[in-house]
Amino acid sequence: MKYFKFLLTLALTIVVFIGLNSKFGSTPPMGKFLSPNQGFWQNEQDENLSSTVQIDGLEDEVTVHYDEHLIPHVFAQNNTDLYRAQGFLTAKHRLWQLEFQTFAAGGRLAEIFGEQALDYDRQERRRGMDFGAENALQKMKEDPETLSYIEAYRDGVNSYINQLKPKDYPVEYKLLDYAPEPWTIKKTALLLMYMTKMLAGREADLEHTNALAKFGKERYDLLYPDFYNVNDPVIPKETDWSFIDIEMPEATENESSIDSISITETIDKPHAQNGSNNWAVSGEKSYSGHPILANDPHLGLNLPAIWFVMQLATPEHNSYGATLPGALGIISGYNNHISWGETNATRDVIDWYKIEFKDDTRKEYKHDGQWKKTTHRIEEIKIRNKETLYDTIIYTHHGPVTYDHNFKGDNAKSGYAMQWVGHIGGNNQRTFLKLNEGKNYDDYLDALKSYTAPAQNFVFASTEGDIALWIQGKFPNKWKGQGKFLLDGSNPKHDWQSFIPQEFNAHTKNPERGFVSSANQHPVDPSYPFYVYNDGYETYRNRVINDFFRAKDQFDIQDFKNLQNNNYNLKASELLPYIFDNMETSTLTNDETEILNTIKTWDFYSEIDQLAPSIWETWWTKLYKTVWDEFDADTMALEKPYTYQTIYMLKNHPKDELMDILSTPEKETAKDLFLITFKETAKELTEWRAEHGNYNWGVYKATFVGHLLQALPAFSRFDLHIGGDYNTVNAAAKNHGPSWRMIVEMTSPPTGYGIYPGGQSGNPGSKYYDNFIDRWAVGEYMDLLFMQSEQDTEQIIASQTLTPKQ
Amino acid sequence: MKKNLINFIVTLIIAVILSQFLPWWHVMAAGFISAVFFSLNRAAVFYIPFLAIFIYWTIYAFWLSQANDFILSKKIAVLLPLGGSWFVLLLVTGCIGGIAAGVAALLGKQCRNLVQR
Repeated sequence: MKYFKFLLTLALTIVVFIGLNSKFGSTPPMGKFLSPNQGFWQNEQDENLSSTVQIDGLEDEVTVHYDEHLIPHVFAQNNTDLYRAQGFLTAKHRLWQLEFQTFAAGGRLAEIFGEQALDYDRQERRRGMDFGAENALQKMKEDPETLSYIEAYRDGVNSYINQLKPKDYPVEYKLLDYAPEPWTIKKTALLLMYMTKMLAGREADLEHTNALAKFGKERYDLLYPDFYNVNDPVIPKETDWSFIDIEMPEATENESSIDSISITETIDKPHAQNGSNNWAVSGEKSYSGHPILANDPHLGLNLPAIWFVMQLATPEHNSYGATLPGALGIISGYNNHISWGETNATRDVIDWYKIEFKDDTRKEYKHDGQWKKTTHRIEEIKIRNKETLYDTIIYTHHGPVTYDHNFKGDNAKSGYAMQWVGHIGGNNQRTFLKLNEGKNYDDYLDALKSYTAPAQNFVFASTEGDIALWIQGKFPNKWKGQGKFLLDGSNPKHDWQSFIPQEFNAHTKNPERGFVSSANQHPVDPSYPFYVYNDGYETYRNRVINDFFRAKDQFDIQDFKNLQNNNYNLKASELLPYIFDNMETSTLTNDETEILNTIKTWDFYSEIDQLAPSIWETWWTKLYKTVWDEFDADTMALEKPYTYQTIYMLKNHPKDELMDILSTPEKETAKDLFLITFKETAKELTEWRAEHGNYNWGVYKATFVGHLLQALPAFSRFDLHIGGDYNTVNAAAKNHGPSWRMIVEMTSPPTGYGIYPGGQSGNPGSKYYDNFIDRWAVGEYMDLLFMQSEQDTEQIIASQTLTPKQ
Repeated sequence: MKKNLINFIVTLIIAVILSQFLPWWHVMAAGFISAVFFSLNRAAVFYIPFLAIFIYWTIYAFWLSQANDFILSKKIAVLLPLGGSWFVLLLVTGCIGGIAAGVAALLGKQCRNLVQR
């Protein structure tokens, strides 16, 4: 009996131990997680800011002053110490995010989440993320200066990780039951690759190939024109390009007709609304005579926020602005002499090649009439609680054969290879290091020269009075039409022949109009000699911005703030009047008429207290979907025409056959679609009102900032009331929008204003985790404290000294 | 009664000491050890160490979280989900620790029985 009781209690103890020590599905290991000496309760605290910390490898003491927003102002004696401290402090406040983003970049999420993340990981490996990061790292290693700084950053991160005990791990590690690993210099390359994917990873060549096959060339060109009939490009139209005098690549003579592609599903694309605004006005157009610059990158709204604000100073330079955890230096910001900011340049830097293998072994592929050797790269994908998966990816001289019979394809003897500027590698970290130290236009230009990807519109202003904007990246010099569709991987004429020489990248310095600006629109007009076509350019924000700066002679800080928060809906204003003139209203009920009258009196400002923007958004979404119902009905991978051309078609080709709704026997025209979708909109909004109350835009849109773990509700912020939509200058969509609003006046020293939707701390248990969000939503700014001296500690709440290890 | 009190205090002290070195299962070790050396009878075998650890964990957790206005515990109480109540989360925390300690104490008692007689 006593043996039985012993065995019974032993079994019970083991069950309880395992039950409380293991993670089940998304439930954390409850014993570990709830234990006050080890679990999340240990994260229930504010940051420790005042102690002295010893850091291995520092040459001199580094002083860190924190202001009331928890922004660290770092004063080091040299660059190596500075970047070591940046690594340390980023880890201190953002460790989990810092590491998680590089796991996501390199396709390693299955290590954390298990098999459910395997498809994602395979996709990222096949996109060549790890391959590109290795090539970038190679380039960074060729520059001893860059290498020494990324190593210092690495050591700084690791000094922080090494002094952690499991109880100190950020709460996400405890929730997911894993531990941080050492930081490596490759992770900096991976983070930059992650940004490259986010910003220069969107294309639809295969979808366009299908569309061409489906519609034929004439119809295709109508739906997807290279240039729209309106264009207010980044580089002013009047720019003289006569200095560009090189030979252009020749187009292939026999443009063979391409069939649709054999795969039905393509890899995930980055968010369509990733974009940004930036602009600068010259001294003449500024109220104070000093140039003023602004930047607001539009990215996913996440917690912890993508940006971490810092001041980084040595006796030689002193810069302030937004950093990216994992990358060195200030990415969007200013120093005592210059300011800079980026928007995405959106160019076609990814092309797809059809590959023919000699046989099933795939050791050789056809190119230039010969069989050439492939290389095989084996990707090791570790999976939590399961055996590691080894995925062999074939590489040709174009790049990885992303799609083959092992991945979304079915033919063992063919595949589709990806060629991407992101794979070539480049020392893009250097650009930011040099911008941080820059003193004038020449330094800015020098910093930009080596920059390859993701291509950005780099805006610039200096205390000397210069303003400029360079569209900088490494761009293949293509023949007209090259890479718009699937290319023939065996034809050497389809290869990328050369790159556009850096000095011929489109740019403008101190233009006569007195301002520079960019908002992801077309970079140039058709007179630019190199081949550029519409690859998903934004067409609304840029026109509102440029009209704003053309409208008057001088601008002050309040004008800049107003413009960044401008909710004028140009898109709605270009379609709604046409609809009102053409829609048949005789069949509308009283309720429907009331809704129509509400939107008819709208001034086209998408403000939070208005009903009309909600009506517009619902209506437009339905209309867009209904116009292109043919695309959803098709099993081929297709990309619908862009918004601007959709509105163009509705207004100029209202009887086009695509206006028809496939599922009805009638033959609809645009006019019918307006009415059908309006009635659906009225119905939906009436139901919404019955359930939730008035559909004011702020409530109806319900913008949220979601935690990086799929917007885990406990760690996210919901129902933020902010105006605008993704096509207004204040590009605040539901979960996407201005991720860092910055304005800098180039006084000496410069005066900065900024805010971002998040907080400096990555700890959901800190009051600094999300404390900027409410101020961001209402359009407020922080007066940025740009300290000129380490001793001037008036607005400082705590100071920390980092000392060399004895 | 006196035995209960002794076991209670011993469990508490051992748990506090072991928590400096061991992860969360220091409470299981404490329950086990005190049951081996300060044996109790019937239901008390379980509920005395349960109570000791329940009190230890809830007080410790309360002390940590009240200093930070319960910011994180309120969020974790949404996540688990416990209706956002830090108080309920505190009770759950105490119970988890208590059950672990109590079960380990049952095993300790049986070990003692095995060795004796």
